[in-house]
Amino acid sequence: MAMKEKVVKLRTRGHRVVLNRSAGGDTGITVVLTLLGIVMFVPMYYVVIQSLKPLDELFMFPPRFYVISPTFDNFADLFTLMSDSWVPFSRYIFNTVFITICGTLGNLVFASMAAYSLAKLRFPGRNAIFQLIVTSLMFHSTVNQVTHFIILSAFGWVDTYLSIIVPSMATTMGLYLMKQFMESSVPDTVLESARLDGASEFRTFLIIAMPMVKPAWLTLMIECFKSLWNSGSSIYIHSEELKTFNYAINQIVSGGIARSGAGAAAIVIMMSVPIAIFVLNQSKIIETMGSSGMKD
Amino acid sequence: MSLKVKKDANRPMHRDEVSKWQWTWKEMKKNKTAYFMLAPFFILFIVFTVLPVFLSIIFSLTDFNMLQMPNWKGLTNYTRLFVEDEIFMLAIQNTIIFACVTGPVSYLLSLLVAWFVNELPPKIRAVVTLVFYAPSISGQVYLIWSTLFSSDAYGWANATLMKLGIITDPILWFQDANYVMPLCIVVALWTSLGTSFLAFIAGFQIVDRSMYEAAAVDGIKNRWQELWYITLPTMRPQMMFGAVLAITNSFGFGGVVTALCGFPSVDYAAHTIMHHLDDYGGSRYEIGYASAIAVVLFIIMFGSNILVKKALSKVGE
Repeated sequence: MAMKEKVVKLRTRGHRVVLNRSAGGDTGITVVLTLLGIVMFVPMYYVVIQSLKPLDELFMFPPRFYVISPTFDNFADLFTLMSDSWVPFSRYIFNTVFITICGTLGNLVFASMAAYSLAKLRFPGRNAIFQLIVTSLMFHSTVNQVTHFIILSAFGWVDTYLSIIVPSMATTMGLYLMKQFMESSVPDTVLESARLDGASEFRTFLIIAMPMVKPAWLTLMIECFKSLWNSGSSIYIHSEELKTFNYAINQIVSGGIARSGAGAAAIVIMMSVPIAIFVLNQSKIIETMGSSGMKD
Repeated sequence: MSLKVKKDANRPMHRDEVSKWQWTWKEMKKNKTAYFMLAPFFILFIVFTVLPVFLSIIFSLTDFNMLQMPNWKGLTNYTRLFVEDEIFMLAIQNTIIFACVTGPVSYLLSLLVAWFVNELPPKIRAVVTLVFYAPSISGQVYLIWSTLFSSDAYGWANATLMKLGIITDPILWFQDANYVMPLCIVVALWTSLGTSFLAFIAGFQIVDRSMYEAAAVDGIKNRWQELWYITLPTMRPQMMFGAVLAITNSFGFGGVVTALCGFPSVDYAAHTIMHHLDDYGGSRYEIGYASAIAVVLFIIMFGSNILVKKALSKVGE
C-alpha cells in the first residue's frame, strides 16, 4: 500500500526545534498570562504607590496609579502615629521578629530530625505516623483553635510568647516537604557507608544527610516563616505589649483614609521581607517542591 | 575455612523465626534512635494537633463552658445546630459556596498559570512566578483591596464608576450584602496561588523532555494532548498535594473576610462556619457548642478531600 507522504514543518526557537507548539498558542498564552499578571500585580503595585503618596495626593479624586512627589513621610508617621498608644511601635516589630525566629528555628530542628527518621530509618509504626501527618495537612488549623485554647490554658501559656512559638514548632507542612525531599535526594548507600565507618545515627543525620537537603531547609523555613510572620491578632494573646506587627497594621488601616498612607507603609514593610527571601531562594524552593508529590 | 554458620547472638533474626510481637519489639529496640529523633516533633504534634481533634469530639457531646463542670448532653448540640440555629445554616451555605468556587478555581488557576509559565524562557519564568506568587506570601497585603474598593469616592472602584457616570453615589462595597461575597471570593483567589502553585511549577519541570519527543513521534499533535496524556499523569502526585492544600485553604479563609468586612459581616452575607466557630468559641465561651461546629467542619473537610482524591486518580486515563 502506498502511503501518502506527509510534509512536517518544524517550528524552531533560536536553533532548537520545538515540537507541538503552534504560534497561535504561544500568542494566546502570552495574552492570558499578561492579563492575569496585571490583575495580580496592580494591587501589589498600588500598595507601594500609596505608601509613597503625600497626604494631599491620598485625597485626590480620582485616585492615581502614580505618585507625583514621592515622600517617605508615611513610614516616619508609623512611629509617631503609634506613639500615643501604650506600646511603642517598635515593640510590635520586635514581637513579630522574635516569634518568627524562635518558631522557625524550632520547626527546622524538630521537623528535620523527624523527617530524617521517617524518610530514612525503618522502624515499626513509621507508615502509620506519616499517614497521620499527611491527614493533618487536610485540616485548616483554625478549626482546632477552641480546644487548642483549652490545652494552652491548661499549660498556663495563654498570653505568653510560648502560646504561638511552641505549637508552630510542630508545623506539619515543613516536615512533609522535608521528608519527601530527603527520600528522593539522599541516597541510602551514602548513609550506609557513613554507618559502616562507625558514625552514630544522629551523626549521620547531622553530617551527611542535612547538608544534602539544604534546599529543603530553606523551603521549610519559608513555609514556617510565612505563617508566623503573617500571624495576626491571636486569640491566645491579650496583652498589648505581646501583640504582633500585623495586629498593629489592622489597627492602623481601620483608622480610615487619613491613615491609609501609614497603613500602606506598614504593609510594604511587612511584605518586603518574605518577598525578598523568596526572590533570593526561588530556585531552591522550586527544587524542593519537585518532590512534594503525594501518592494516592 | 569452615562453612558452618556460627551461632551469633547479634545475628539479625529472620522475621519468620519469631512471633510478630517479639519481632516488632526487637525492631523497636534496634531503632531507638529513630524514636528519639521523632519524639520532640511528634509529642508537640500530638498535643497541639491530634489531641484537639479528640477533645473537640468529646466536648461536642457536653455543655462545657470553661466555668462549670461539663454535663453530658449526647447529641443535643448537633440537633440545636441543625434544627434551631438559622445562622449556622446560612454559614454552611456560605462556606460551601465559597469553597466550591475558590477551591476548584484556585486549583485550576494555579495549574493553568504554572503550565503557561513553564512555556516561558527561564529568565522571564522567574519574574512571572514571583508576580503570581507574591500576594500569597505578603501577609495582610490583601487589605489594599479595602482601599481599592473603599466606601468613599477615594477608592479606585467608586472613583472609576463615578467618572464613567455609571453611579452617582459611592457604593459601600464591603458593607453591602450584594457585593460582600463576590468581592471576598476575588480577594481570596488573588491570594491563593501559594504553595500548590509552586508545587505545580516544579512538577512541570521534572517531566523528562525525552518523553515529549517520543510522544511527538507517537502522534501527539498539540500542547493540549501533550498536557493531558503525558504531563498531567506524570505529575499526578503534585496534583494530589495541590488538591489537598486547595481544599484546606478554601475552608479556612475566614480571616480575610473578617479583616475586610468586619465581624459579623453585613446581614451575615459572608458568615462562614469558621466565623460561627469563632463566635461561639472565642467570644461566648460555649465550648461544647463550638466543638460541635468544629466537628461538622472536620467532617466536611475530610469528606471533600476523599471525593477529590477519587476524582483526581482518573486524570489522564
